[in-house]
Amino acid sequence: MRDEDIIVLQEPKLSPAERLYLPQIFDGMVTTLRHMFSLKRRQQVVRQYPEDTRQGRGELRIANYRGVHRLNKDAEGRVACVACFMCSTACPAHCIHIEAGESPWPDREKYPVKFEIDELRCIYCGMCEEACPVDAIELTPHYELVGRTREEMIFDKEKLLQVFEETKHTKPRKDPPITDYGLTGGQGKDVASPNVERKV
Amino acid sequence: MTNQTIQRVEGALRNPLVLVGVGAVLTVPAALVLVLAFPLYRGLLSDPFWFPLLVMAAVLFLILNATAVCILAERKIAGFTQDRYGPNRVGFWGLLQPVADGLKFLLKEDIIPRRVDKPLFLLAPCLALIVSLVGFAVIPWAGEVHWPWMEAGTTVSTQVARLDIGILYVIAVGSLGVYGLVLAGYASNNKYSFYGGLRATAQMISYELPLGLALLCVLLTTGTLRLEEIVNQQAHSGVWYVFVHPLAFLLIVICLFAETNRAPFDLPEAEQELVGGYHTEYSAMKFALFFLAEYAHMITGSAVAIALFLGGWAPLPFTSWLADNTAWWAMLLKFGVYLLKVALFIGVMMWVRWTIPRFRFDQLMRLAWRSLVPLGLLLMAAVAVLTLFGGQRVWWAGLGVNVLVLLGVLWWAARSKQPMTGRQEDLPPVEFGAM
Repeated sequence: MRDEDIIVLQEPKLSPAERLYLPQIFDGMVTTLRHMFSLKRRQQVVRQYPEDTRQGRGELRIANYRGVHRLNKDAEGRVACVACFMCSTACPAHCIHIEAGESPWPDREKYPVKFEIDELRCIYCGMCEEACPVDAIELTPHYELVGRTREEMIFDKEKLLQVFEETKHTKPRKDPPITDYGLTGGQGKDVASPNVERKV
Repeated sequence: MTNQTIQRVEGALRNPLVLVGVGAVLTVPAALVLVLAFPLYRGLLSDPFWFPLLVMAAVLFLILNATAVCILAERKIAGFTQDRYGPNRVGFWGLLQPVADGLKFLLKEDIIPRRVDKPLFLLAPCLALIVSLVGFAVIPWAGEVHWPWMEAGTTVSTQVARLDIGILYVIAVGSLGVYGLVLAGYASNNKYSFYGGLRATAQMISYELPLGLALLCVLLTTGTLRLEEIVNQQAHSGVWYVFVHPLAFLLIVICLFAETNRAPFDLPEAEQELVGGYHTEYSAMKFALFFLAEYAHMITGSAVAIALFLGGWAPLPFTSWLADNTAWWAMLLKFGVYLLKVALFIGVMMWVRWTIPRFRFDQLMRLAWRSLVPLGLLLMAAVAVLTLFGGQRVWWAGLGVNVLVLLGVLWWAARSKQPMTGRQEDLPPVEFGAM
């Protein structure tokens, strides 16, 4: 840091009334009183959560909201994951556990025999979604996630595929699958390098 | 109970009619018992020893419940000032929130950390609460009352203890309140708690002074320390002492905020700096006791301020209406008026809390020692001179002195170069060497 980078701010001079402090306090109290009786503003600002959700008001950004994970299925209904371990490597919370097996299909080498996400460990950062080369793992706008036991909160492959079935209507899988967070309007451009046509 | 049952009960309690019904079921039998047993305790009501004790029991019951309601009111006001609704889930309009809070405090695990000073750790919350409740003894709630079945001319008092040193007792007990906080901070064996306790001590010592000085101004006018006398004077003349000593009232109100550790003076429990302050290590009911103590302290403090400055139970200023009326209905009316005044006062305290940001500690000290203490000294000296020369015969003489002192201070403040609050020196630019 150089000397010329330092900006010395002078404290503004206070008028006698400001120095007395009491008129300022009175001003502030009038402001809070006005807020106290502004029922209209309150009604605009507050959402009464369980009855009134952001999703219900259409204010949730479904394209990039980071809620519960899902495992996507491809057009033939097979699990899209190729068990490349990119997501579990990228995961900062180490909550993804994959066991790979030889794929029964000719177009890929591996597929996940086991795919588990510990939803209690997950920090919902979305890095798995970023890392996935085939856009198999995605985060959904579903955020009301509760369970009675810890075991219940470890989502296995079947459960994650079921989440896909439940959410594919509100957030359809992009075809061709691209990760653009809705920012390019699904035009097949990569956000990071929009001039390069993305290979699927 | 299954989830559905709980949900159904919750839903029903949100209906105002159901809530009123439940309230009626709980209160009507109690009221019936009181009415039917009236001949049994009639004698006690006219007994000068037992009646104040009954009043005390009633007031204690009222205050302890009022603290719970205060917490709801506090949260509601907090919500409203921040464009929220506040608690509105438990019962109609959130009215059962205190019940839910109380149940939660009772059922939570009561943790006593391993290395605390156990006797003091247990003593601290009790001390805080007891001390804040003891102050009620000298509050003249509704003056004298004459029951219809008593001999003509005799009355009983609604004041528990009629002490000659009434106001001194309040100050003494009020400043004991800090012992609870200091003990809690010391016994917790935690540096943040300890800081909280230390801050409470320093703050209490600083703000006792202007409080005492402002009190002296009133006492010079009243010529008595007895709270019931002070209230009687105001009720008979109709001139509440807030009109005589507005500046002293202002000083007392500021000091009251500091004494009760309320924002903007809530440094002992400054969450952003000290985790939770002196009650960091407390949980469950012991934590709730600190909460109760704070609100009970607020109620005591505002009751005393009202007795001194706002006419106590006198319903209207500039009249002597009800002053000599000792009928039982007048007593109830005076009681109601007093409680209404206390409620309004506490409402203002909450309103201030959610308006003004917290002081920094040096600002707090500067405000006390460089503004309030000189102001109090000046005011007291002026009122003393006025009293010496017999100037207290007309009520507006005191007002004149207050206004003169205020104008003088304003003139001085406008002329003085140093700012009264805020940083005293400019920060020089800092050289960043090789780190």
